[in-house]
Amino acid sequence: MALVAEALAAALIVLGAFFLFVGSFGLAKLPDMMRRLHAPTKATTLGIGFTLIASMVWFGGVAGDPSFHELMITLFLFLTAPVTAQMISKAHILRSAQTQAELPPTGGDAAWATLPRDRTGEDKAG
Amino acid sequence: MMEMATTLALGVIGLAVLMNVYRFVKGPDILDRVLAVDTMVINAIALIVIAGIRFASHAVFEAALLFAMVGFVSTVAFCRFLLRGNVLE
Amino acid sequence: MIARVLPQPILTLVLAGVWLLLVNDVSAGNIVLGLVIGFAVPQVTGRYWPDGGMPRHPLRLAAYGAIVLWDIVVSNIEVARLVLFRRSEGLASRFVTIPLELRSAEAIAILAATITMTPGTVSADLSADGTSLLVHCLDAEDPDAVAAQIKERYERRLKEIFE
Repeated sequence: MALVAEALAAALIVLGAFFLFVGSFGLAKLPDMMRRLHAPTKATTLGIGFTLIASMVWFGGVAGDPSFHELMITLFLFLTAPVTAQMISKAHILRSAQTQAELPPTGGDAAWATLPRDRTGEDKAG
Repeated sequence: MMEMATTLALGVIGLAVLMNVYRFVKGPDILDRVLAVDTMVINAIALIVIAGIRFASHAVFEAALLFAMVGFVSTVAFCRFLLRGNVLE
Repeated sequence: MIARVLPQPILTLVLAGVWLLLVNDVSAGNIVLGLVIGFAVPQVTGRYWPDGGMPRHPLRLAAYGAIVLWDIVVSNIEVARLVLFRRSEGLASRFVTIPLELRSAEAIAILAATITMTPGTVSADLSADGTSLLVHCLDAEDPDAVAAQIKERYERRLKEIFE
């Protein structure tokens, strides 16, 4: 039983390290900001998830000292990764005229929320 | 077996951190650097957790949780600063 | 009466559970403390949830979570393949507009987060009136197919859960 748990934990750790590597590799390799955003948000989050599950399996199955608080970090990272990604892409859209030119129309009356003419915080910035 | 797996994982994640450093140095935009640091924080959490397995210690959990929280809050605060010109309104 | 003391009973239970996981110890004292936190936090944050924010069908939300978890694993294998084996100049990256039928803010937030975590797409922005979502695709030959898949697979389910 302990051997199975140890093998499972080892496999999860290696798998997690692989996805973390892919995330960072994508960040280094992909050519522009919006494409770079894809690799770290997805691959890195799944990689850290695998690593934390491996930690749970190992402490529960091998060390005989079960703990579940790793689950909280996993949950926290899965909830925050999309928020981080959206904040970064909004800031990027605001700062890059080239990206703004690429944006498709919204299909409605209002513009995209980030674009400068909708910037509500502008007057308070000074 | 665990010894081998953790050694391999620490090496691979170390390489990943080096690639984050490359992106941080090269930029070109400030947001690339923010994203690089954000990814680096997550890699650091993975390193901490794997070190915890290796040393069979629960003591690293708080460190990992603090890294996760500070990393998220600082990234969002920085993006909000770029978007709005201030952090708290 | 009970609605004023416990505006969101599920949130109360979730918060108590999170507290127990954080302290990593189930004892009478911690259960009471967890319930106190679960009681206090909805009181303090209530005004940020004007519509209540509770799903109509919490169990279906759990099923939705399972589908998303599966898609996250699939999407990562897909992104790993694109990153490792494709020349990055050959990727057909583009922005896609997704018109929204959802009106509840909570449901839109969940949809945006789901899109970010699942195959080849990151949600980038919302239109100022909240009627369409800007999505960036890493490799999409056919933008209409991406929009149709998101609407069919996720938005339809969220609409059933929240509205």
